[in-house]
Amino acid sequence: MSVTAESAAPTLVVNGIRIDLVERGAGRPLLFLHAENGIEPALDAIDALAEGVRVFAPTHPGYGRSELPKGMRTIDDLSYFYLDMLDQLDLRDLTMVGVSLGAWIAAEIAVKSSARFSKLVMANSVGIKVGDRETRDIVDVFALTEKEFIDIAYYDPARGTRDYKALPDAEVLAAARAREATARFAWNPYFHNPRLKSRLHRIRIPTLFLWGAHDRMLSEAYGRAYCEMIPGARFELIERTGHFPDHEQPKVFAEKVLAFAGGK
Amino acid sequence: MRVYHFSEQAYFPAWNEHSGTLRVTFPNRKCDPQVAADLFHRYYDEWQLCDELGLDIMLNEHHQTATCMSSSVVVGLAVLARITKKARLLVLGYPIGHRPDPLRAAEELSTIDVISRGRLDMGFIKGIPYEIAASNRNPTELMDRFWEAHDFILKAMTTHDEVFNWEGEFFQYRQVNVWPRVWQEPHPPVWSTTGNTTQARVLGERGYVMATLGTGYGTRKMYDSYRKGYLQKFGHAPAADRFAYLGLVAVSHDKQEARRRGDLIAGYLRTSPIVALPFRNPPGYISPEDNARMLRGETPPRTYTKAGKVISMQYASVDELVDSGVLFCGTPDEVYEQIVDFCGHCGGMGNLLMMGQGGKLTHEQTVDNLTLFASEVYPRLKAWRQPDAEAVAKAVAA
Repeated sequence: MSVTAESAAPTLVVNGIRIDLVERGAGRPLLFLHAENGIEPALDAIDALAEGVRVFAPTHPGYGRSELPKGMRTIDDLSYFYLDMLDQLDLRDLTMVGVSLGAWIAAEIAVKSSARFSKLVMANSVGIKVGDRETRDIVDVFALTEKEFIDIAYYDPARGTRDYKALPDAEVLAAARAREATARFAWNPYFHNPRLKSRLHRIRIPTLFLWGAHDRMLSEAYGRAYCEMIPGARFELIERTGHFPDHEQPKVFAEKVLAFAGGK
Repeated sequence: MRVYHFSEQAYFPAWNEHSGTLRVTFPNRKCDPQVAADLFHRYYDEWQLCDELGLDIMLNEHHQTATCMSSSVVVGLAVLARITKKARLLVLGYPIGHRPDPLRAAEELSTIDVISRGRLDMGFIKGIPYEIAASNRNPTELMDRFWEAHDFILKAMTTHDEVFNWEGEFFQYRQVNVWPRVWQEPHPPVWSTTGNTTQARVLGERGYVMATLGTGYGTRKMYDSYRKGYLQKFGHAPAADRFAYLGLVAVSHDKQEARRRGDLIAGYLRTSPIVALPFRNPPGYISPEDNARMLRGETPPRTYTKAGKVISMQYASVDELVDSGVLFCGTPDEVYEQIVDFCGHCGGMGNLLMMGQGGKLTHEQTVDNLTLFASEVYPRLKAWRQPDAEAVAKAVAA
C-alpha cells in the first residue's frame, strides 16, 4: 500500500510540501477546507459548490496523499501553510469555507489576514474553548469506538459508516492517515487553540456560521457562542445532518454557501 | 544468566468488578486503600526475599488500573533502593516520552543509583497504548519525545564539570547540572523493550539491553534484527546479556501445584488486556500502514507455539502458554529444560525477567515459588552455557 499510488487529483507543491488540490467549476474563487474526516466525504458538496463558483479544495497536509512534514504540528502551522499557498496561487476576493477542523483552520487564517477574502463560512467549527475547565465542550472522540463516534456525529449513521474490507487500499490508508493527522493537530489542547478566542474580533469580513442541527459531538450552544465572538457573524442551522453537513446534506450546504457568497 | 523477579503489584481484589475495562476508566472507588497497603507491603516483602535469595528485581509502572498499582516507578525504586542490599533494580520501564520533565527523571534515577550504590538498571520505554490517556501526551510524536528525553537524560548523567544548555524540540533548559552524580560510570545500563523488528534493529545499533515481553516463539526474529544492527555497528556479535525475555514462571515439586500456580500467575495475561477498545490503539501509536491493515481486519498474530499454532495470551490454556514459551511451568527439572530450550531458540538470552508472582498467587505460594526457583533452577541456569554468540550472529548475517 503506498501513499502515492492511485487517485488522479492534481498535486501542488507549497514550500516543498506536496499536497493534493481539487479544482472544479468556474467563476469567483472559493477555498474549501475539509473536515477531519478527509476530502472524500466532501466531494459531493464540492461538486455542488462548483456549479456556482470555482472551487479550490486542498487536501490538508497529513490527509489523503498530502505530505506532512515533521515540524508541522498545529492548526496555526496549517494556517500559515495555506496563507503561503494563496500567495503562490495569487487568489483574491475568495470565499473561504471550512467544516469542523477545516473551519478551525479558516478561523486561524482569518485572524492573521483576511486580505484575500471577501466572505467566510464556518460549519460546525471546532477551535475554541467555551465552557469552564471541567466542562468538556467537545466529546472526546478518541475515547470512542468508530461506531460510537458515527452515532453521535451523524444524523444518519449509515452515511458515515464505511466498509473497510470493500474500500480501495488508498481510501483505507487515507482513513488511517486522517485519524493520525487529526491527533497530531488536535490532541492537546483538545480541538482548540487557547489563544484563538481573544483574536476572533480581528475577523472583519462577513461571516456565516452553518450548524448541523443534530451534531452531538459539538453542541449548538457552543456554535452560537463561537459565532457571537466574530463581529456581525450570522448563524444558520441545517436540518437532518450532524457534525458534517457537507457530507450529509451536500446540496443544502452548497445552496446556503452559494447564497451567502453571492455565487453565479 | 541473570534472573529478575517481576510483579505488577496488582490490585486483584477488584478484578471481577469491572464492566468491560480494568484500565483508564475503571473507577478508583473499587480500590480500598487499606487492602492496597497490605498488598504493597506484601509485594515489597517478596522483593526483599528475592534480595536474600540472590535474585534481581524488576518493576514497572502503569496508570489508572487495577492490574498494576505501581503508578510511579520512582516510588518503588526508592523503597527498594533502601530495603534491599544486593539485587540489581531494573526499572522496565520508565516511560520517559510521557514525562513532562526529563531533568527531573535524570535527578530521580541518579539519586536511586546512588542510594542503591550502583544497582540501577535503567529501562526506557515507549509505554503501552493505554498509558496515553493518563499522560495526555500526543501519541503521534511520542517516539520523538522519547528519543529527545533519552538523549537529554544520558547527557545530564554524563556531564560533570560544567552546566549545559538544552533547547530541543520538546524540552528546554539553560542550566543543567544534576546532583547527585550517578554512581555507575558512565551511567546506569540502558535497557528497552520492543515488539517489532525495526525498533529491535535500532536498539541493536545502540547496544542496549533489549527485552521482549510475551513474544514466545516470535522472539527470535526480533533478536536477529537486533543482532544485525549490533553487528553492523560494533563489528562483533552481541553477547547473550544484551537480550532479556519476560516469561511467567511457576515451579513446584508437585506437578499439579505447579500447574495451579501457572494458572494463577496467568491471571496477569487474562486481565491485562481488559481495556475499553478506543484506548487500545490511539492514533499514531502504530503507523498508518499498520492501522490500515487493522481496519481491514488483517492484524498479524503476536504469539504462537513452537509448532506454529497461533494462541491468544488472554484466553490460552496453561499447556498452550507453556508450548508458546510464555509460561515456564512444572517441576524444577521441567522448568529448567523449558527455559534453556527457549534460550536455545533465541540463539542465546541472558536475562530472564521472571514473573514469579502474578494475579491471585498467594504470598505463601509466591515465597515457595521464588525459593524453589532460586535453589533448584537458578544455579543450573547460571551454569548453562549460552550458544556461541559469534556463530549465531554469523548465521544471521548470512
